[in-house]
Amino acid sequence: MLRDTWLVFSRVMLPVLRNPVAVVFGIAQPLLYLGLFGPLLGDTGWQWFVPGLLVQMALFGTAYAGFSLLPEVRTGVMERLRVTPVSRIALLIGRVGKDVVLLVVQSLLIMLAAMLFGFRATAGQMLLGLGLVALLGIAIGSMSYAIALKVKLEYVFASVLSASIVPLMLLSGVLLPMSNGPQWLYWLSRLNPLAHVVDAERSIFNPGTVTYGLVSVAVLVLVGVFYGVRTFNKESA
Amino acid sequence: MIEARGLARRFDTKTGPVDAVRGVDIDVAEGELVGFLGPNGAGKSTTLRMLTTLLQPTAGEATIAGHDLLKDPAGVRRNIGYVGQKPGAGQDQRVADELDFQARFYGLSKHDARKKVAGLLERFDLVGLEKRAVVTLSGGQQRRLDIAMGVLHDPRLLFLDEPSTALDPQSRRNLWDHIRQLKADGTTVFLTTHYLDEADYLSDRLLVIDHGAIVGEGSPDDLKHQVSGDLVVLGTPQAQVVATKFENAVVDGEVVSFRIPNGDRALPSLLKDLDHIGVELHSVQVHRPTLDDVFLTMTGRSLREDSNAA
Repeated sequence: MLRDTWLVFSRVMLPVLRNPVAVVFGIAQPLLYLGLFGPLLGDTGWQWFVPGLLVQMALFGTAYAGFSLLPEVRTGVMERLRVTPVSRIALLIGRVGKDVVLLVVQSLLIMLAAMLFGFRATAGQMLLGLGLVALLGIAIGSMSYAIALKVKLEYVFASVLSASIVPLMLLSGVLLPMSNGPQWLYWLSRLNPLAHVVDAERSIFNPGTVTYGLVSVAVLVLVGVFYGVRTFNKESA
Repeated sequence: MIEARGLARRFDTKTGPVDAVRGVDIDVAEGELVGFLGPNGAGKSTTLRMLTTLLQPTAGEATIAGHDLLKDPAGVRRNIGYVGQKPGAGQDQRVADELDFQARFYGLSKHDARKKVAGLLERFDLVGLEKRAVVTLSGGQQRRLDIAMGVLHDPRLLFLDEPSTALDPQSRRNLWDHIRQLKADGTTVFLTTHYLDEADYLSDRLLVIDHGAIVGEGSPDDLKHQVSGDLVVLGTPQAQVVATKFENAVVDGEVVSFRIPNGDRALPSLLKDLDHIGVELHSVQVHRPTLDDVFLTMTGRSLREDSNAA
């Protein structure tokens, strides 16, 4: 299983390593947020804003991962792999692994860039922060692959994504504190597991509790991986 | 090598259940090259997907390469090779990498995989393309890469789904040579096709499927013999007269056609008899039955694409 996962991981990682430019382009968007939105929050805003930005990267970086699967489903690649004895779980986890590794690298780059603006973090905080981002990436990436496998068509997958990601992001308090809004909006955000993950990520770099966020992310990982594995195990997938 | 009993697959669609395969029995002995012939939509690919563990049957059972299809799909997978209809190599991957990973998915060590891949590149005429991205390969090259990935672990049983679709005549011929070589090396081959010449040229034995059920079985020659006789076509102004002498003769203007057994040998005396009764002939043709005639006799419809479209 571990060997299979490593092989699947290496197979999808290799083209990225051969053409690492894509990884750099991947951080263009968070860099723009950092440079063009971050300063609006004032000098003291960085400690609050950067952790949220990292969670947003995890969301956007892995939610779209399913798109990379669709050409392989449409051609015979997935089919060819599924006739080999390779573990079905490895076919999912190996791919998610690639996305999470890239996410962690990009998040680290963003944190370092943020330090130029005035973000402050110890090595330990950065490690914890990246760990939480990675867990969220595993959860969302697994779900993304499973949903892509289910809907099979790019344009359907794209609408499923935009219909789910935008409300998740708006209700997570990534850009502005949810407590600024009316009571009903705040309570709605409390129903969003991502909001708790954002709170936890902020608590790593500021005083506060990470408990709810950890519980949220643990549940997300369990649900995401379970759903992903089940979908990849299914015969018609 | 293949022993399937009552294999069936039903798909639930929005317009109700569709029985794509309605309980087929398939027996293939070790070393055989069996062609699975049928028009598009007859259930060929669905059957193949069931036999290769890609699709769960809704009924029936099978033993493939000594392993139970339902209870030990992993055992089946280790012992079979499969080349699907669609290209199986990742477009953004390099040729040698895809082969290498494929070898390692079958459990080969890094070192063994490298040796194996070198041999395969040679055998399938892919030397020099190792570092090329799959997307830049021609159709024939991609197909050879697909086959190389399918036979890489020396499977005892190889499944090929429409192997020559969309290939130019030369690549097709080349592919056929590879398939025959595999058989010569002792591999059991099970291939689907809707091309009659392919089925005729490659197969020891044919299974004919239509509407999800096996409607005929035998060697290409056996099946052709089932069509009663050769088609004789005579051009004569006295077509009507000739027509009265043969059963089921068809007259079309000055052309009369009918079937007789062993037409090539029966023809000389037949022509002499016609001459005796004063029939004047200006053309004579004898057609051996084709697999299309076989298919027409068995199912009442033609296998050819153009007649499907008509």
